[in-house]
Amino acid sequence: MLQRTIPILILAASGALLIIAYFSPFTTSWGEVVVDWFNVLAAVAYVLGAGNLLAVNLEKVSARRAGWAYALLTLLSFGAMLAFGLFKIGAVPNADNPNVHFAGSYESTQSAFGWVYEYILSPLTATMFALLAFYVASAAFRAFRAKNLEAILLLGTAFIILLAQTAAGMFLTGWIPEASMFAFLRLDWMKVAITEHIQTAGMRAITIGIALGIAATSLRLILGIDKSYLSKN
Amino acid sequence: MKISIPTAERDSGSSAHTVGARSLLRIVRLTTSCLATSCLTMCVSLVSANSTHAMPPEATNVLVIDEPGDSGFALRVMWTVPDPTVTKQARVERSATTSERAANPDEAWIEVATVDAAAGVSGLLIDGLPKSSTDPTTTEPIAVRVGLVGTDEETAAFVESEAVVAVRNIFLIKRLGLAVALVVVCGSVIVWILLSRTGRSVKIRRIAALDAVDEAVGRATEMGRPVLFVPGIQDMTDIQTVAGITVLGRVARTAAEYDATLEVPTSRSIVMTAARETVQAAHFSAGRPETYNQGNINYITDEQFGYVAYVTGRMVRDKPAACFYMGAFYAESLLLAENGNAIGAIQIAGTAEPSQLPFFVAACDYTLIGEEFFAASAYLSGERDQLGSIKGQDLGKLFVAAAILIGCALATIAVFVPEGSVARASLSFQSFFGG
Repeated sequence: MLQRTIPILILAASGALLIIAYFSPFTTSWGEVVVDWFNVLAAVAYVLGAGNLLAVNLEKVSARRAGWAYALLTLLSFGAMLAFGLFKIGAVPNADNPNVHFAGSYESTQSAFGWVYEYILSPLTATMFALLAFYVASAAFRAFRAKNLEAILLLGTAFIILLAQTAAGMFLTGWIPEASMFAFLRLDWMKVAITEHIQTAGMRAITIGIALGIAATSLRLILGIDKSYLSKN
Repeated sequence: MKISIPTAERDSGSSAHTVGARSLLRIVRLTTSCLATSCLTMCVSLVSANSTHAMPPEATNVLVIDEPGDSGFALRVMWTVPDPTVTKQARVERSATTSERAANPDEAWIEVATVDAAAGVSGLLIDGLPKSSTDPTTTEPIAVRVGLVGTDEETAAFVESEAVVAVRNIFLIKRLGLAVALVVVCGSVIVWILLSRTGRSVKIRRIAALDAVDEAVGRATEMGRPVLFVPGIQDMTDIQTVAGITVLGRVARTAAEYDATLEVPTSRSIVMTAARETVQAAHFSAGRPETYNQGNINYITDEQFGYVAYVTGRMVRDKPAACFYMGAFYAESLLLAENGNAIGAIQIAGTAEPSQLPFFVAACDYTLIGEEFFAASAYLSGERDQLGSIKGQDLGKLFVAAAILIGCALATIAVFVPEGSVARASLSFQSFFGG
């Protein structure tokens, strides 16, 4: 019983207090203090995460389950990066303390940690991100099929925006004088009209809905109406 | 003036009368010229004195007050410009505090700003004043003086105000509009929760994405494949993650009832802990605590694309039959959803990131857009209290729509009648809501 009641009370008290605190200059900084507390908690929780990572991968390696070699690689990488960071391997001491090895920055590319981050992790991350271009193309191919009226409108809008973003937009309609009564036929004009008026209006409607949804969800949690995030044992 | 000379005398040319008359004529001409020059000079002097070369009068009604409803350390100074036609600017200075005088003994007054003073009555907000050494919520008594600068750059004598202390107020007046909106929205939610408790009918429209949860989990069970739930990449400080975790509770309960395998890879340690608690609670609710396996809920990495690499790899290898994406997503949204699409999984997504919604709409079977995502937990629970809160949220939306319509109407009228009371009301309305 207490396992559920105490968290709800803590949530209700802290939630209500932080909402009220936002409106008084004496207490506006309380929110920042709570964020600091959370960061401390999250730092401690890293131990949980790391423990879980080790447990899962060690179990996979010891049981020789499918893909155990990848698990072994994960464990080795984890250990190596931990050692690089904790012992500042290869770190260059700073100018103030040239004889103290630990005074150097572990993030510089001269240190093993910084080097791995800069020359291995960053390129891998960039590679994953670059894949997005291909996924955008495949998703667009499916989404822009003119199956019904809505899809046709979507296709037409996308066509205008994409064309206006390229040099072809200016090439095709750039000759229409901006001051003429036919200026609305310029692709750059249409792009601005779509993005700044139609799209913004839709976006704002969604954003207002989101804001109200956040308020209602927060209230449900603060009032203890929604308790689905709590264990029942 | 015209002088006539007798014809006889003109003809003779040498008489004394002729000489006298010519001298008189020269004197008269000279006098006339001098008079004209003097008049012209006087006129020019008078005109120039009125327009550019007069010392402006001193400022009057110099008044300093503590800025009301602020976080402190701000004073508002107001003054009247007696003659705006000869006044160009107003120089505003404040008295130095004790610490400032200690640092610079010669500086009793510190220049604050020089503002345009041609409008008559003027005012200025002096912000960021130094804290008092004895009370950190106030300032020392600070006097302000105003000197008007004329159009010829000459400054009239400074007029000094009384010393005033700037204090920190209890309530931030600039957030009044937000407070009112909060009270209205939260009030309508609470009212509807109470109404639903009294037995009032609460009808919520069907949300196809949420109705498909059972179908998706059922399909995974029939196919003997796992269900994948991705709670976003943000921590529990993000309300989207909290909303995602509450939806996870419902999905986990259905999975427990159907005896389907639910996998929840997380990118934050605390989310992993919260997800484990939630899934465990769901298994208890379903009456099948023995089927709960915390090994299916794992922490992967905080690194965005490292997490994506793991999840997409897992999707390709395990081929889950149903994929749920509920939480805060950024660039990884399409990477995940397209992979899910490629393996033929039923995909249900929900996020409040407007920039990611199109990607989910394009690649997923069902998408909870913005507010639907936050309503999901309440909708799925089916509890009267929670459904009432959704109804209250809709009422709040009605208030917002009314405020938007009023604001648009006022702003439109203000464009056509810029000086009227409607224009002032429009400005007040915008200012009230922080515009």
